[in-house]
Amino acid sequence: MSNLRELVRYPAAVIGLLMISVLVGFAIYALATLPYDEAVRLWRGGEAIWYNTPKKAAPVWTNWFRKEDLPATITIDSADGSIVKTREQVSEDVTDIQFAYTFDYPYTTFPEDISIYFDTKYDEKPPHVSLTWLTPDGREIRIASMTAESSLVYRLDQDSKLERRLQLPDSIQSHEGLFMDPESEELVALPGVYTLQVSASVFEPESDVDAEVVIYGQVYGLAGTDHRRRDITVALLWGTPIALAFGLLAAIGTSVTTLVIAAIGTWYGGWVDALIQRITEVNLILPVLPILIMVGTFYSKSLWVILGVIILLGIFGGGIKTYRAIFLQVKESPYIEAAQAYGANDARIIFSYLLPRIIPTLVPNLVTLVPSFVFLEAALSVLGLGDPVMPTWGKVISDARVNGALYQGNYYWILQPSALLMLTGLAFSLVGFALDRIFNPRLRGR
Amino acid sequence: MTLELNGQPSNDIPAELSGTQQFRSDGPTSAATSQDVLLSVQDLHVWFELKRWGFLNAGHVRAVDGVSFDLHHGEAIGIVGESGCGKTTLMKTILGLYQPVQGNVKFDSQDLSELTTRDMQTYRSKVGYVQQDPYGALPPFMTVERILSEPMIVSGIKNRSVQSQRIHDVLTEVKMTPVDDFLTKFPHMLSGGQQQRIVIARAMILKPQLIVADEPVSMLDASVRVEILRLLQKLQASHNLSVIYITHDLSTVRYFSDRIFVMYAGKLIERADVNALLRTPLHPYTQALLAATPDPDYRNALTHKELPPGEPPSLVNPPEGCRFHPRCPKRIEGLCEVEVPPDFEPVPNHYTACWLLR
Repeated sequence: MSNLRELVRYPAAVIGLLMISVLVGFAIYALATLPYDEAVRLWRGGEAIWYNTPKKAAPVWTNWFRKEDLPATITIDSADGSIVKTREQVSEDVTDIQFAYTFDYPYTTFPEDISIYFDTKYDEKPPHVSLTWLTPDGREIRIASMTAESSLVYRLDQDSKLERRLQLPDSIQSHEGLFMDPESEELVALPGVYTLQVSASVFEPESDVDAEVVIYGQVYGLAGTDHRRRDITVALLWGTPIALAFGLLAAIGTSVTTLVIAAIGTWYGGWVDALIQRITEVNLILPVLPILIMVGTFYSKSLWVILGVIILLGIFGGGIKTYRAIFLQVKESPYIEAAQAYGANDARIIFSYLLPRIIPTLVPNLVTLVPSFVFLEAALSVLGLGDPVMPTWGKVISDARVNGALYQGNYYWILQPSALLMLTGLAFSLVGFALDRIFNPRLRGR
Repeated sequence: MTLELNGQPSNDIPAELSGTQQFRSDGPTSAATSQDVLLSVQDLHVWFELKRWGFLNAGHVRAVDGVSFDLHHGEAIGIVGESGCGKTTLMKTILGLYQPVQGNVKFDSQDLSELTTRDMQTYRSKVGYVQQDPYGALPPFMTVERILSEPMIVSGIKNRSVQSQRIHDVLTEVKMTPVDDFLTKFPHMLSGGQQQRIVIARAMILKPQLIVADEPVSMLDASVRVEILRLLQKLQASHNLSVIYITHDLSTVRYFSDRIFVMYAGKLIERADVNALLRTPLHPYTQALLAATPDPDYRNALTHKELPPGEPPSLVNPPEGCRFHPRCPKRIEGLCEVEVPPDFEPVPNHYTACWLLR
């Protein structure tokens, strides 16, 4: 263990360890804040869950690199008590409810879209609602009047009446018309305080009207959203523990079993060794990727099934040849003979006398192997063999690729998971190379 | 044939190193009765099969080819011979690491090949093994404490306090004190002499009745050799140990051997008490071997010793008859190359397999 303390002397290893700790912290944060089932539910969820997020919105931090900020998403809900409603009895049957959404819109760019999600209470007769738009320069635009059934969704851009009333050219959408600066030559939004007034008439004493206004921005959250309005943070966050677990399990699973099998073969020698060598040689010429694609296509795309197949194919991997070469040497050590002389049995000799000698070779190998399996998982996802349920980095890249992220300029979509993959690879490689130098002092530079 | 080294102790050389004054004649020798026998080797043959193309038999290496002797309680024997004469194979067969193709090894009248696994473990705990290369004999990744507890764990001594008590006792006995300073050390932190003490401690930790020492001092500095030999000698005396001491170095064999066996090409060719063998070697090979022992006396600087020509024979195709006959200066034509000489006893308790002494 003193070897591990030596790591501190290598700056690269310290950086690598820091990066790994960040990743591990990320993973722990994901596990602690977002339970797995919830993550899967969010990731599998459609418009019902992700109704109030924009589509393909870049992360908020991309605004730092822009001259003009893109608008963030503005969501105001009258049901949460932030808005004061006034009720006024007009007649015996009719009550007027009035309220207004007032919000600051400091951008000169336009939002994606505007939707209003109504939540009205009534027994038989639904309320009647009319919406009015007040711009900062004092214009008043009537948007629509409609009968608000219990879960009516009013999408501004799909209202053809509004489109006609606004008399806009075809290239300008209705929501852009509402934000447009009429004085300007160019098509820019007018920054300032906007108000959306709602006046409703209800026809039952218990009846009520609430609505959630969503002004979809062009940036969202820390990581942006994808084509299904999902917050990519979910996948990036949950991809970390999945990637680390997959990489570690695959690396440990393959190298430890390989090690033990090599030790057993070398120790017993004879036909056991010959059999293991022949199986290894056959296994080495089997193409791993096509087999994985076959398993993914015909059997199961589950991450854990793929992991199992990788370990299974890795058991009789090339490592057996390397380890065998070392074991053949160690096997002849006098201390092994001494152990036999005082009666240590085969299992004890293999596990207590042979295996400890190979730890110096194993540990750096293991650490550098981890990212290669993380990459393999991502590669499988890009090939469309990713786990259909789990949010993984590879899945995000795959979605981005399929939806033409690079052609459409949604670079964040593909670059963020790639950066995390590269970070993982770099971190483990830095630590692995340092460990290699510590365990094999001959590799140290003069 | 004279024995320069033995006959004329040189005053300039420390007695320990020239080894001329340490003859022991008090040990139980072959006069002992058969009840006294601890280990008995009878007509032992250990052959290794040679393979051609991985499966065809291409003959055998006859590393040990008909060896018989008895070892008594508390007796020390030295087995000497050149490299490749089969002494290490003989030793490993006694340790139960090789199986004989013919003949048997009996310990306390029990044939090793008939022992059950559990009895074999008991036997292994009664035999200690001291190896040649002390650094290689100690697992480099274990501490001294772990190295010494391993044989006890293997033999079923699981009690921690018993273990640490024994480790303390045995380390004190091999003069590795203060004990606590050494327990957490790894072999590479110790000197060669200390490493060999740990090897001896490991051999002693199960309280054996027999110690098999394979060239225990050949890889140590001359200054340390004496200490290690004295340590072995002391342990033998205080525990009434039987010792099989295997060496090619005649100057150390006298240190604590009661009898010396000379081995050549897989056979014991001469067996006798130390004094008798060194003073009056009977077999021509023994005579040559003694003549080849370097004698640190300036008067010999210019004298040239006659040595038998040639090399030890191949153990795959050993010569017919006496195996030494192609090199023997005194061979009897028509006899030596035809018939294998049996053991003759020209002097009581001095056996030799040579037709000259029929």
